[in-house]
Amino acid sequence: MHDTSAAHAAHQHAAPTGFIRKHIFSLDHKVIGKQYYGLALLAVFIGMVLSWLMRIHLGWPAWPIPLLDKLSAVGAPQGVMTPEYYLSLMTMHGTIMVFFVLTNAPFAAFGNYFLPIQIGAEDMAFPRFNMMSFWVTFTAFLVMMAAFFVSDGPPISGWTAYAPLSAVGGDAGPGLALGQTLWAISIAIFCIASLLGALNFIATTLDLRTKGMSLARMPLSSWAWFVTAVISLLAFAVLLPACILLILDRVAGTSFFIPAGLILSDKLQPHSGGSVLLWQHLFWFFGHPEVYIAILPSIGIVCHILPVFARKPLLGPRAAVGCMIATGFLSYMVWGHHMFVSGMSPFSANLFSVPTLVITIPMTILTLLLIGSVYGAKMRFTAASLFCLGFISVFISGGISGFFLAQPSIDIYLHATYFVVAHFHFVMAVASLFGVFAGTYFWFPKMFGRMMNEGLGKLHFWLTFIGVYCIFMPMHYLGLAGNVRRYSAFVDDYLIPLIPVHKFITIAALLTGAAQFIFLFNLIWSRFKGPVASENPWEATSLEWSTTSPPPFDNFGGRHMVVYNGPNEYGVENNGTDFVMQTSPEKIAAS
Amino acid sequence: MATTTLPPGPDTTLDDQGFGKPPELTPRPGHATQSGSPSQKSETGMLVAVSAIGMSFAAFTSAMFVRQDSSTDWQHFQLPYVLYFNTLILMASSVTLQLSRQRFAVIPDARHAAGSAKVLLANGIYWLYLTAALGLIFVLGQILAWRSLAAHGLYLATNPSSSFFYLFSALHAVHLLGGMGGLFYVLRKLIRNGGVAETSGLSAFSIYWHFMDLLWVYLLLLLAIRM
Repeated sequence: MHDTSAAHAAHQHAAPTGFIRKHIFSLDHKVIGKQYYGLALLAVFIGMVLSWLMRIHLGWPAWPIPLLDKLSAVGAPQGVMTPEYYLSLMTMHGTIMVFFVLTNAPFAAFGNYFLPIQIGAEDMAFPRFNMMSFWVTFTAFLVMMAAFFVSDGPPISGWTAYAPLSAVGGDAGPGLALGQTLWAISIAIFCIASLLGALNFIATTLDLRTKGMSLARMPLSSWAWFVTAVISLLAFAVLLPACILLILDRVAGTSFFIPAGLILSDKLQPHSGGSVLLWQHLFWFFGHPEVYIAILPSIGIVCHILPVFARKPLLGPRAAVGCMIATGFLSYMVWGHHMFVSGMSPFSANLFSVPTLVITIPMTILTLLLIGSVYGAKMRFTAASLFCLGFISVFISGGISGFFLAQPSIDIYLHATYFVVAHFHFVMAVASLFGVFAGTYFWFPKMFGRMMNEGLGKLHFWLTFIGVYCIFMPMHYLGLAGNVRRYSAFVDDYLIPLIPVHKFITIAALLTGAAQFIFLFNLIWSRFKGPVASENPWEATSLEWSTTSPPPFDNFGGRHMVVYNGPNEYGVENNGTDFVMQTSPEKIAAS
Repeated sequence: MATTTLPPGPDTTLDDQGFGKPPELTPRPGHATQSGSPSQKSETGMLVAVSAIGMSFAAFTSAMFVRQDSSTDWQHFQLPYVLYFNTLILMASSVTLQLSRQRFAVIPDARHAAGSAKVLLANGIYWLYLTAALGLIFVLGQILAWRSLAAHGLYLATNPSSSFFYLFSALHAVHLLGGMGGLFYVLRKLIRNGGVAETSGLSAFSIYWHFMDLLWVYLLLLLAIRM
């Protein structure tokens, strides 16, 4: 039995006063959440510029791109990138986006800020670990960026860093010397940060829920962050060993991934007996759960936000939680579907194909629950709700192509084509980012105490929504036509007729990217000039809306929240409003 | 679903399970305070941490199986005998840790008897220092094992078998040294707070230390079978 007063006296930490403790090395989960958001924002714009450079080159391979030769005189002489430099940029685009954007923004940024508030806690369970996990992530980011500035540029091995090319060193090609080592070190550091973060999320959810906040009453966003933390804990715990083995192969002369008799640059590599498939197995055992680390928090955010604007309860919230858990569980059984063409036995391929198809069931149920929740609703159309609806759209578009790719016989044809590029960008990248946009428009008033501009938000939505379809929908057709990915130019006879499609995609990508500056402007302008937000501008029920905007240092100003309801009480009659706060003690009875 | 809101009635049921149902009005164990109790938090955190460490070593183990079967270059070698001695030392450190915990567990009951709590505190701290010393002897013993392998010409990159041996034993030693850092943190707290185990992180540290013990026994068996 623990003394309550002692627990109170042992407040997590006192409110800091100095600038460094308050804004830089802060222990406050809200500041750390904003730091993660800022890092993700910086990373996403770098990643986007990289995609612009690649797209311009794919549409008009001979065009010199201004200033590119300043970044790398060898990689882009006179501003025209070499095929190798194209691969370098592609590797960095994928790595930055997957790790520093899709893992950081929906999970680490929003999760850090809102998980403790939504469960009625004052902070995360281990604030020091929390601060450490951000700064370790930041260090990983700096190490990754350093790869741009080493002599032969960033690695060319893709975000998946397939061995043996990633394991042998400079003989394998440009960027595979120091650049690849920096990549492996950066990812290993990132793993440590993610493990620390996941540990904090799990302990916080299990131990710091306030009185009355049973698991069943947790908002679905908190549920999603919790499930994601569990997935993240087990996935990054496998990627870290993989990176350690890769680094040892590169710097210590071991042969975990490098086979015997490998000749590169006319040199016999001094290694023997390593297994190149071992890297793929370890990487994808992390890699597939990583897809759910990126998408589940966004699903949770949409499940949380959509009922607020539909003004009716989410359909089957328990089923939704069950689906998230089932997806997390199944995500560990499907990694082999990334390796159908690796020479795997057809029987093994079937073994991976079946759970891959099964995993679509919880995802489909979740999608249907979201659609069912808005069916017949009097929607309040705001930027946040539009991005939620957009999320459903792109998630379906990207999910459907997954049915095709899950089957080995079809995947063997479509593997490494633009069909796959279209699939994962829709279902993982765009869908996840739509969740982040929805979360931003929804939670900005709480985070900064000011409303974002709705007009600009809606403009941003429509330009982005139409834009991503223009970019990624045609890629399905390119893939079906046999257009291989990771080529820097299309010179084969069968690819030349497809170049106009690439030009169209490039223009769409440039315009859609440009539309993101509307978002950036809105973000900065609203931060300083937006109308002041009330405590609960959206008339939502969960705990973050029971405190001031922005919340005080200890989240609830010394109040101890008691929770009486689930987060889903919309469309009820309650003293002239149509919702009941989680903290309202009124008894609700069905009539 | 049309619902109406009623004022709270005297017959409010204590059902905590459903979405939108009336709440449980009594505090639930472990969730009574907003800040959570320190020992519970640290124990949960530690259980999560050892799960992650266990997962990492599972990944290394499967990598070893795959690597051993992927080629014919695997050389078997005799494990240095000092490893078995080291194992006994590490197991002994788990015992001394438990002896220490027993002392701290009875300190709250012994507070009324003048002097007795002091003796228990000194005793408990003595056993903890012994735990740290045994941990240090274990790591020194591991260094002896590495030197013995090196004397036979077996280095990290010599053969996949030696690679995995050095990898497993070194990573375990690094974790154990980290644990010793934790041990001194706990010791400092115990000395400062007069032996209140609850707020010192002793129970969380014990989870870690015993896990490191078990992990080493597992690794030794694995290496003994595979090497």
